[in-house]
Amino acid sequence: MNARPVSYVATVAVLFALAVLAFGVGRYPVSVGEIFSLLASKLTGSEHALPANVETVILQVRGPRILAAVVVGAALAAAGTAYQGMFRNPLVSPDILGVSGGAALGAVLAIFLSLDILMTQALAFAGGLVAVGLVYAVGSRLRGHDPLLALVLTGVIIGTLLGSAIALLKYLADPYNQLPAITYWLLGSLASITPRDLSAAAPLDLAGLVPMLLLRWRINLLALPDDEARALGVDTRRLRIMVVACATLMTAAAVAISGIIGWVGLLIPHAARLLVGPDFGRLLPLAMIMGAAFMLGVDTLCRTIAPIEIPPGVLTALIGTPFFLWLFAFARRSW
Amino acid sequence: MLQVEKLAFGFPGRSVGRDVSFALADGEVMCVLGPNGGGKTTLFRTLLGLLAAQAGRVFLQGRPLDSLSRQEVARHVGYVPQGHAGQFAYTVREVVLMGRTAHFGAFAAPGRKDYEVSDRALTTLGLQALAERPITQVSGGERQLALIARALAQEPRLLVMDEPTASLDFGNQVRILQRIRRLASSGISVLFSTHDPDHAFLAADRALLLAEGRALEIGAPRDVIRADTLHRLYGVSVSVVPLAGGGHTCLPSLAA
Repeated sequence: MNARPVSYVATVAVLFALAVLAFGVGRYPVSVGEIFSLLASKLTGSEHALPANVETVILQVRGPRILAAVVVGAALAAAGTAYQGMFRNPLVSPDILGVSGGAALGAVLAIFLSLDILMTQALAFAGGLVAVGLVYAVGSRLRGHDPLLALVLTGVIIGTLLGSAIALLKYLADPYNQLPAITYWLLGSLASITPRDLSAAAPLDLAGLVPMLLLRWRINLLALPDDEARALGVDTRRLRIMVVACATLMTAAAVAISGIIGWVGLLIPHAARLLVGPDFGRLLPLAMIMGAAFMLGVDTLCRTIAPIEIPPGVLTALIGTPFFLWLFAFARRSW
Repeated sequence: MLQVEKLAFGFPGRSVGRDVSFALADGEVMCVLGPNGGGKTTLFRTLLGLLAAQAGRVFLQGRPLDSLSRQEVARHVGYVPQGHAGQFAYTVREVVLMGRTAHFGAFAAPGRKDYEVSDRALTTLGLQALAERPITQVSGGERQLALIARALAQEPRLLVMDEPTASLDFGNQVRILQRIRRLASSGISVLFSTHDPDHAFLAADRALLLAEGRALEIGAPRDVIRADTLHRLYGVSVSVVPLAGGGHTCLPSLAA
């Protein structure tokens, strides 16, 4: 019981420290003092004596990127938390359910057709929704198999199909303009995020988040077998559709601005559940803070450890793969 | 409380049983006996409104079952499924609190009254000490008690229990039967299924013998549980032996 408030405070502190670090490090280092004096002058409206470069780096370059990392990390973690509870399965995530693949196909199609950011988001959302719907419909009709295994394998199969559709679009794409954009985007990146991207994605993420927060108690009951949840008074069909739509919206909004960054939605809900238990109302906020911190940490590493930027998807996979294997092989059967 | 008229039940495209009629009064305990695959669980699911009736009608406190929302049904009928742990380590208290869901709005979370009712249900079943333990880490008997506590937290008028004694040790089976009697004396009606006809003698006011989806007999256990009916249900020879202190017990014969 007492570990819970500590978990929230500690993760918020880590997120804050990471944000300060992320503002400071990079090709143009900024000191902690400079960060805070700029912040103070912006809050009070007074003048500051800092070089113009510092203000540009903090507000124009690193600010949007840090915000994007926070928004994307929190959204992917929230979606993963919802999917895991809803599919009664701690191993599912937006990647495994095909949501990321479907959203990616939608977004790649938008790039291929030279559509704008709003259309890219719309197609990413539609693609994600169709993919997860397909995986769930096919997976739950495969009777006589372990339902968990059926769902995961269906996700893998549908994911492969989506992957070949993406490959086809890459093959057909204009190799000078579209192909680099598609490749770059498939690897995931927060490097070229603009405030305009952020202002397109944030409302969608919020629109997905608010119903989830409101329905926080009932979402717990989706972890029960259907009959039981219904006998306890929940219209599981309607609730499940609503939560899938919200989680998919959040994933698609994130994917549309950052490209595909895997593993966050699998890793983070787990880590959060270890700290505060499975109750959705407590789990969701913590998972979002941890997702934001994780994404921010990864992105900061990506732009500082090597002379060129490393795609964040590469780093999350390096961390995520051993974690997933450990989970599959050694973790206890219940979470 | 519960009234069932010429009910036919089954899955879309497949009939499991038909022509089942009975009524259950307040505080009455009815035990459903029948072989595996005889339709006990399907009957229960239909009575809970989880499966649509194929024909006939079910009334809950005088109102047709199919006119009630899931939430309304959940305020009247508690369901105790066969015990299982689930995937997530909710605490015993959280599991019991889930029983309160039908009593507050979709956007709400359990409030103080819900915690009070849940804690009372935990106390009734002697689970206070386990309240903070993960449901995945308690014994099978304790889990079954937690699921009964969850159903009680619904504040139901009727409890439907699907083989509540299955996979429990002898002591826990007796304890569950004691609970059933005590709940009935507080006015709650109970419908439960079991594989042990002795449980009907011990705890039920009436028994329903379900064979191939039909009600073979319905009546007081000592009237309907006989050597001939048990042979028809299970295909084995059984003597029903009167006991010295009153009551009966079933003694199977192993001679071919």
